[in-house]
Amino acid sequence: MQLLFTLCGLAAVGFVLLITVYLILSGIPAIRKIGLADFLFGKTWAAGRDQYGILPLILTSVYGTAGAIVIGVPVGFFTAVFLAKAAPKKAAAILRPAVSLLAGIPSVVYGLVGMCVLVPMLRSLLDLPAGDSLLAAILVLAVMILPSIISLSETALEAVPKEYEEASLALGATELETYFRVSAPAARSGIAAAVVLGIGRAVGEAMAIMMVAGNVANMPALTRSVRFLTTGISIELNYSQDGSLQRQALFSIGLVLFLFIMLINALLNLVLKREKED
Amino acid sequence: MRRKLYAIAGWTLLYGCAAVTACLLLFLIGYILLRGTGGISWRFLSTAESVIHGTVGILPAIKNTLFVIIVSLTAALPLGVGAAIYLTEYARNKRFVTAIEFASETLAGIPSIIYALVGVIVFCTALKLQKTLLAGSLTLAVMILPTIMRSTQESLKTVPMSYREGALGLGSGKWHMIRTVVLPSSIDGIVTGCILAAGRVTGESAVLMYTAGMSMAMQSFSPDRLAKASGATLTVALYHYAKENADFSTAFSIASILLILTVAVNFSAGFLGKKLGRS
Repeated sequence: MQLLFTLCGLAAVGFVLLITVYLILSGIPAIRKIGLADFLFGKTWAAGRDQYGILPLILTSVYGTAGAIVIGVPVGFFTAVFLAKAAPKKAAAILRPAVSLLAGIPSVVYGLVGMCVLVPMLRSLLDLPAGDSLLAAILVLAVMILPSIISLSETALEAVPKEYEEASLALGATELETYFRVSAPAARSGIAAAVVLGIGRAVGEAMAIMMVAGNVANMPALTRSVRFLTTGISIELNYSQDGSLQRQALFSIGLVLFLFIMLINALLNLVLKREKED
Repeated sequence: MRRKLYAIAGWTLLYGCAAVTACLLLFLIGYILLRGTGGISWRFLSTAESVIHGTVGILPAIKNTLFVIIVSLTAALPLGVGAAIYLTEYARNKRFVTAIEFASETLAGIPSIIYALVGVIVFCTALKLQKTLLAGSLTLAVMILPTIMRSTQESLKTVPMSYREGALGLGSGKWHMIRTVVLPSSIDGIVTGCILAAGRVTGESAVLMYTAGMSMAMQSFSPDRLAKASGATLTVALYHYAKENADFSTAFSIASILLILTVAVNFSAGFLGKKLGRS
């Protein structure tokens, strides 16, 4: 029996190895043919002309994620402080399930609402020829990472020992000063973990932004149609021929994306480890 | 004076941001239901799309979704529960535990588009399953493994040591003790894990779009055709209608159904967790 359970446990390890090995094996051939520098730093992605440079995709993913973090983290952080410290019981009882509902909504639904509400709105507000843009993708991503940031920060804030806050209050600090100058710094590694998790979510999201970002492999600009690393794969995966250089290049994008994600995971583990030590 | 300004700004930010979050959800729910519920009828739910009659129906998508949930859970449940049992009951080797937990966290952090790629490479091509619901379900089984593992493990940890000692003291073997004492008292975590996993499968779209196909036609699930069935689940159907047909009323109707399913999953996971945890 023990052997059987050990095998079950090792299955997870096996899957990770399998995924890693297959991604590397299928990602390498195209990089070899195109050349690592031309692949990573080439500015043009045009499958028709056999040009596969993914610099615009990488930069779009970086800018898009940064934008989502800049908008999503403050809103998420303040909501978490509200939930953990300041909220009246009734308000918290309503808001908490609402946040977990936000987390559960499928990404295509976010994409659909973005497509029908956000995109037309941006087009008329900013007077653009088309609203499908990096800005639309950033806004959708910001909403999508909100629940993970809120719930992780809230957990961290709630774990702050009551004595810290009581001491601060007894010394004459107001409640608000206590939240921001005592509780939040004490929970900083948990909040950092929340931000890193949010980054991971934003980097990995594909379907929702495929519906609002326009999907042209331009260099990123807020009002331009752009293609992310994720959507770079998804937009062509169904149309590329098995064994063609185009399909192999898509696997190479997958490998690059996988490396990004592993880097973020390593960062997350580092932050969480520091939290345990605190 | 400065202190007063600080207070005003701080409270405004706290309440403002909480209000933004709440309004976002209210807007999403309201907007989706407003545009979507009108298109939901019995015919919409119980027929397939018909070009001849010009009617839209999503029965095939519902059936495909159920099929994917059942197959992926069947594949992932024994593995996930087994792994959790190993970690909490058997594991002595610390390195093994660290490796398995690290692997499970890694699996949980991999984005679905990477799973889609791996599904295409491994299940569709290398294992020659082609683009079928079966290939999609197996890919998703790997994806939901950490969800089931974690939730089972959490609830195995809450089973008091004294239960185990009691069983072992009465002369029970280890496996007998696990089967009759530990597992029944942690059934809540396993069920919650399954519900969360089913929710994740229902909401997943990227993986299925590339491994399971996008057909909206009725599939046959008879035993000999089972491995060949290929088609769209609810989320993929939503994408198909919105992005390729620009039929937004159908897309919003599907979105309403998905929204209701999400509420049901959240509610029942929370409810079951509480109820079973008490008894």
